[in-house]
Order: sequence, then structure tokens, then C-alpha cells
Amino acid sequence: MKQTILTVTENAPLTSSVYRMRLRGDIGANRPGQFAEVSLPGLFLRRPISVCCAEGDTLTLIYKVVGRGTELMTRLPIGEKLDVLTCLGNGYDLEASAEKPLLVGGGVGVPPLYYLAKELINKGKSVSVVLGFNTRDEIFYENEFASLGCRVTVTTADGSCGIKGFVTDALPEDADYFYACGPLPMLKALYRAADIPGEMSFEERMGCGFGACMGCSMMTRSGAKRVCKDGPVFKKEALLW
Amino acid sequence: MVNTKVDLLGITLDNPVIPASGTFGFGYEFAELYDINCLGTFSFKGTTRESRFGNPTPRIAECTAGMINAVGLQNPGVDAVINEELPKLKKVFHKPVMANVSGFSVEDYAYTCALLDREEQVGWLEVNVSCPNVHGGGMSFGTEPDAAAEVTRAVKAVTTKPVIIKLSPNVKDIAAIAKACERAGADGISLINTLLGMRIDLKTGRPVIANTMGGFSGPAIFPVALRMVYQVSKAVGIPVVGMGGVSCAEDVIEMMMAGASAVEVGAANLVDPYASKKIVEALPAAMEKYGINDLNDIIGKAH
Repeated sequence: MKQTILTVTENAPLTSSVYRMRLRGDIGANRPGQFAEVSLPGLFLRRPISVCCAEGDTLTLIYKVVGRGTELMTRLPIGEKLDVLTCLGNGYDLEASAEKPLLVGGGVGVPPLYYLAKELINKGKSVSVVLGFNTRDEIFYENEFASLGCRVTVTTADGSCGIKGFVTDALPEDADYFYACGPLPMLKALYRAADIPGEMSFEERMGCGFGACMGCSMMTRSGAKRVCKDGPVFKKEALLW
Repeated sequence: MVNTKVDLLGITLDNPVIPASGTFGFGYEFAELYDINCLGTFSFKGTTRESRFGNPTPRIAECTAGMINAVGLQNPGVDAVINEELPKLKKVFHKPVMANVSGFSVEDYAYTCALLDREEQVGWLEVNVSCPNVHGGGMSFGTEPDAAAEVTRAVKAVTTKPVIIKLSPNVKDIAAIAKACERAGADGISLINTLLGMRIDLKTGRPVIANTMGGFSGPAIFPVALRMVYQVSKAVGIPVVGMGGVSCAEDVIEMMMAGASAVEVGAANLVDPYASKKIVEALPAAMEKYGINDLNDIIGKAH
């Protein structure tokens, strides 16, 4: 974990409710799947946001407007300085996949997979990505994943773009390991549908984000774990589903 | 050179700053960030006889200048605390630690306290008779003078170390409960635990917290806490540890003027992991600003 002051260099919508914020400064050594806790002016608790990319001095966060905190984030101007905790959580296990990792993201669960895809491709792996959205207007980052060299499939629940249905309707046959992030129903459906090993990133309301308050605990096969500190990524076999 | 050293029931603290139970785990998360030996001491995660997972999530909600938590006393149980947590703590913290204990019966409290009392590193027992999160649990002990006194007597009968009873603010007359604990043999009183609160999600019309209600803490509760510390410290002759919304060195001074011999820092640790360290470091300058040479001179100054 690192406490740092970062400057907003970009804060713009990707869709009607999803925004991309870029922050510059001493961001620390973030790994794919880790998250940041952003302190916002006037609010008490920090807001946990997954890291979409971390390169050089720039941290990219993609967030969905879901409440007062994220709404306030959309109004932060370029140049605003934010107190941020970075490098939080365990992140994805990049060594766990063989040659053909499959990345499965749903909605605002898509962003952390971008950084992961980038790192897996750097390792020479052949990366497939399945991105699930409700409808065409909500799609983001399809082209960004394609530009990295991933094989990208998009699904929409209403069939307005890509394959009609859910991510589980579009899983490629040849993958040897999956990495996922998305809403709980998606993760559960994937857990049942995928016959390969894998790991998933979880979301929970957090107090501190660094393991002190026990606000975000979940029960696993090896006992109670903190989503913020022991997760947010848990292996498929650890889950009690 | 100002003096920040204070006495807490026979043990000298380098300073009165004590991270509060439930906001500091067993110390190691913070020991990764800074040398926690700069603290007066800290009160470790509330420990019960058996291990507990606690309440379902969501357990946390945002409030104006504060937060609500309904963790529900998640802890590994007293045996694991003694066999696993304390040996790890010893490596990073070299001062007496405050052992925070909760229970669901008088026997639970006595059992857990008796075991922790034997641990070399435990300097004080802080007995939580006030946790508002657990159905049929701590709440009932802390809301009745007789029940709080009964827990106090039971713990005192099986322990040798100073026993501090941590009180709930969710009561009619907190001074009466403090006095009952004093009469039952308590060595000190700490207060306040969290205020019972709730939030509702406007989109769903449902409580944000899975447990419906939780404990409200943070800077918003400081004036309430200060008032109760003042009332209790006037009512009893034993030392009082003040807490509730403390977030800077000035708050520590104010709590001590209200009657606190030492001061716990809670929610502030969760939003700024360095909060307690910063308060310790800011204390001498804050004392100088108000012409305070020795913190011992200001305890209860407002009385």
C-alpha cells in the first residue's frame, strides 16, 4: 500500500454512466487486479476503484456512477489533487495461466482486465476476452482490448451488439484458465459454466481498504477472508459456491 | 520540551494516543506502514471466547463526517489470538497492549479475560460491554448498571491486570453505569463506543447495512463523546479513557481537558492509515500552541 497525492489529468465519460479518470504522480508499483482508494472532498470514507492501467506516473481508473461518491468524482476538474491509497489488494496471479488465458468481464468489472490483458500479452500469451454488457450504449474498451492484440468477443443481454446473451454464452472452447471480474450473478454463472480453473475479483463495500476494519469479509473454503486485503481476487477453488 | 507522558493505571505511556479496538486489527497492517511503537499503546481487535465471522455484508455505510459499521465482532477467538496473533504482534510492538474483550454471557467475559490476563504483553483489559452490533449480546450488559457491574465483578475476580470497562453511549444515564462499574471494582472506564445509527439506500428504500443498524463513529460524534467523557470523569474517581471522533492533536487535548487520562483514536485510522502517527507527531506543537508543558496538568481542566 502506498499513500500518495495524485493530480487529475483526465476525467471524461466513456458512456452515459462510466467515466475514465487519469491521475498523475508517484503511483507506486501497481499489479493487475489491485485497486486504489480515493479520498474525495467532503466525504468521509474513501472510494475503492479498480486499477484499469498503471504505467509510469499515470494511474487509470474507470468508474461507474453508482452513488454520491462516484457522482462527485465526475465533477472533479483537471488539475485537482487527490489523496489516494494505491497498490491495494492481492491482484491477479499472472503465473497461474498456461498459454491461453481467458478474461471475462461484465460491465464495470471490465476495467481491471485491461491491465491484466496487457501484462499477459507482454508475457507472450494468447489472450481471449469476453466482455458482457446490457446493451450497445454501455459498451466500452472493446477496441482497446483489440488494440492490445486480444481476441475480443462482446455479448449484450438485449442483442443490440455482438452475441445476444451473457458472457457464459460466448466462452471460447480452447482456453486453459480464466480471470474474471463483474457482478456477482455473472461470476456465479461463470463458476458453474467454466470447466477450467480460474480466479475472480470481488467487490464489497469497504471501510478502510487495507485490512484493518473487517468491513468487507467473505467466507471462503479456508475461512473468513477480507476482500480488500486477502482479495479482491480469489481462486475458484476457494469459493463456497 | 513538553511532556506527553501520561500514566494509565500504573503503566507509563509515552503519549496518550491509543488506536481504538476494531480500527487497528492486531497491529500488523499498520506496522507495515510505520513503526507502531510511536503510539502510547493500542487496543486490539475485540476478542471473544469463540471465533466469530460476524454480520453479513454490507457492513459499512458512509455518513456526513463519519461512518456506520456493523462488523459484528469478527475475530478468530481467544485461543487463536493468544497462539497466533500475539506472537506475531510481539515482533512488531514492544509495549504493553490493551486487550479488548467482548462476550455474550458473564461467564464468557470472565473466561476470555482470565486467559488474556496471563499474557505477558497484555497491559490492560478493556472490557466492551457496549458493542451495539450483536443481537442479544454486549448491548444488554452496557445498558443496565447492574449488568455492567456484574460483568465487572466477574472479570475482576479472575484477573490481576487493570480492568477498563468500555461503555456504550446508547443509554439513559452513562454516569450511573460508570459509577456502578467503579463500585464493582473497575480500575478505569473508557468511552464512548459507537452511537447506534442507520442509513437507507434511496434507490431501493432498504437499509444500506445488512444488519439494518450499526455503530456510528467519526468526527461527527466528537461533541457527544466529549460531553460524556466530561460527565463520567466528574462522576467517578477512577481514570477515564476518552474516545469518539478524535481525529487530530487538538481533539486529544480537548478530550483530556474534559477529563480523559488517555485518548483513543478510532475511525480516523480507517480513512488515513497514518492518522494515529500524525496525531502523536502533532501533539507537542499543539501543546506548545496552548501553553501546555505537561499533559498531566490539563486532565479534567474543564471541570
